[in-house]
Amino acid sequence: MATIKLDNIKKSFGKTDVIHGVDIDIEDGEFIVIVGPSGCGKSTLLRMVAGLETVTSGEILIDGVQVNGVEPMDRDIAMVFQNYALYPHMSVEENMAYGLKIAKTPKAEITERVAEAARMLQLEPYLKRKPRELSGGQRQRVAMGRAIVRKPKVFLFDEPLSNLDAKLRVQMRLEIKELQSRLGITALYVTHDQVEAMTLADRMVVMNAGEADQIGAPLEVYSNPQTEFVAGFIGSPATNFLDASTIPNAPASAARIGIRPEHITLAPAGQGRLSGEVIFTEALGAETLVHLRLSGGTETFTIRQDGALPLPAPGDAVAVDWEDDAMMAFSEGGRRV
Amino acid sequence: MARIPDEGMVEKRGIGHYFTHVGLIFGVLIIFFPIWLAFVASTVTQSDIIRPPMPLWPGDQFLTNYSKALTSGINAPVALMLMNSLIMAMGIALGKILISLLSAFAIVYFKFPGRRLFFWLIFLTLMLPVEVRIVPTYEVVAGFGMLNSYSGLIFPLIASATATFLFRQFFMTVPDELAEAARVDGARPMRFFWDILLPMSRTNIAALFVILFIYGWNQYLWPLLITTDPSMNTIVMGIKQMFPSGDDFADWPVIMATSILAMLPPVVVVVSMQRLFIRGLVDSEK
Repeated sequence: MATIKLDNIKKSFGKTDVIHGVDIDIEDGEFIVIVGPSGCGKSTLLRMVAGLETVTSGEILIDGVQVNGVEPMDRDIAMVFQNYALYPHMSVEENMAYGLKIAKTPKAEITERVAEAARMLQLEPYLKRKPRELSGGQRQRVAMGRAIVRKPKVFLFDEPLSNLDAKLRVQMRLEIKELQSRLGITALYVTHDQVEAMTLADRMVVMNAGEADQIGAPLEVYSNPQTEFVAGFIGSPATNFLDASTIPNAPASAARIGIRPEHITLAPAGQGRLSGEVIFTEALGAETLVHLRLSGGTETFTIRQDGALPLPAPGDAVAVDWEDDAMMAFSEGGRRV
Repeated sequence: MARIPDEGMVEKRGIGHYFTHVGLIFGVLIIFFPIWLAFVASTVTQSDIIRPPMPLWPGDQFLTNYSKALTSGINAPVALMLMNSLIMAMGIALGKILISLLSAFAIVYFKFPGRRLFFWLIFLTLMLPVEVRIVPTYEVVAGFGMLNSYSGLIFPLIASATATFLFRQFFMTVPDELAEAARVDGARPMRFFWDILLPMSRTNIAALFVILFIYGWNQYLWPLLITTDPSMNTIVMGIKQMFPSGDDFADWPVIMATSILAMLPPVVVVVSMQRLFIRGLVDSEK
């Protein structure tokens, strides 16, 4: 258990700057998810905390101790890798015990801790098997087990679920969350999947091109995005953006306006704030997505409405309406105003 | 289950099938015949060999000839030469494997100044076979006083660019995350090497061992050059040393017995290791 502090962390590979100064304060036992598109530097950030990448400038503190130059093994962290990185020639048991064996933990204690982790992760029947004899989900559990037995101060997860199928991902997501809160170990979790971020995080960090655009509780980030990027990245289907000039009574200081699809309602043609034409609809049962092209616009505009409402047909002329406070106003530079 | 078609690529039946086997058996017989003759010659008396026609079936001198070869030989007992060869071949095979594992490990996993230079230097040695550098190598070995010694037989042949490349290629296919996981688990580099890289390379090591053992066993020119003392002779060159010079008479049954004995260890290595590397090929672990 530990606090982590990242203080103005920067990273460059040669002349390319990939991380431009990130500050995060993580509390003891907190579950932090770093989310962002590929290439935003989120994995690099995690690997710097792990000690697998050097820090170009800035400080990383674990429990108040600066660890910039400390080897991964001495940071008291455990990491779960995307492809699990299990040792192929070792059995499940040996895989989990390897770190403890190196740390010269007494044999009896190793056996006990491995058994305990195996029980927690329902791996008991597989302890003698080799990783290649396991399914993807089981391998994932072994990788988790390897992290748990060490009883580290910090868990680091590098997209641990992206190699699993959708159903298993949901299940493992719950298990990870449950396990982390039971053990109370500070966790740093990297993903590009916003659903994972929303469901797992105590607080999430949205990264964009090497910067932490916003740090906050998932719902806070969702309902109150600080930048245009965050508003567009978090939420599915994505937020609709319009030039402020095209919208009647938009806030004066705004350059662009973002409106979430669920905050928009369809209105009969001629009424509402803007008019447009239905391009196609996606009926998902509980909800329906209606894609429009607004008059004078070229981009599609998405509305999410209750599945019980009548379905417009493609080609229908319609109008759209929303409440004033549904508008999220952004400046020319993409900041919230 | 799908029925295998009669004219599939997998299985051939009928007359073609039959001819294939006849062809293969015929080929094997042609290759095997000289070895058979050598065996026959090692079981008869000297006078049987000299008097035409040549015998085609084994005689009754098997024990006499082989025990004579093993215990006294002509210049040195064959048992001793076999031991010399075994030490040399094992030394070369194991030494080459160890050195190339370590150098490949260094080249793949460490960033050090001159990494590329060393890589190319190793590469360069591929262009210089033993025969090309044999005179300077002899000078060096003689200078170190290693003539007529096992170290003289082994060390000059121990570096192997080929094996280094093989291991380098293999190490590059090992996912980086495995090394990182080991680092996080607390394994220092040599620990990672012993605990993870080495066990993962064991099928490659087995395959290489077979090739290198035979390479070492069949060394002829180098041992011929640096061993003048018959007690340091290796068996492959020893056979040649048994040939008479001038008008001496050649003890053909003993020479043939020696040849047969010289063939056995490589055969044993190939046959016994074959199972290991087939198993290695079947259950790939990555």
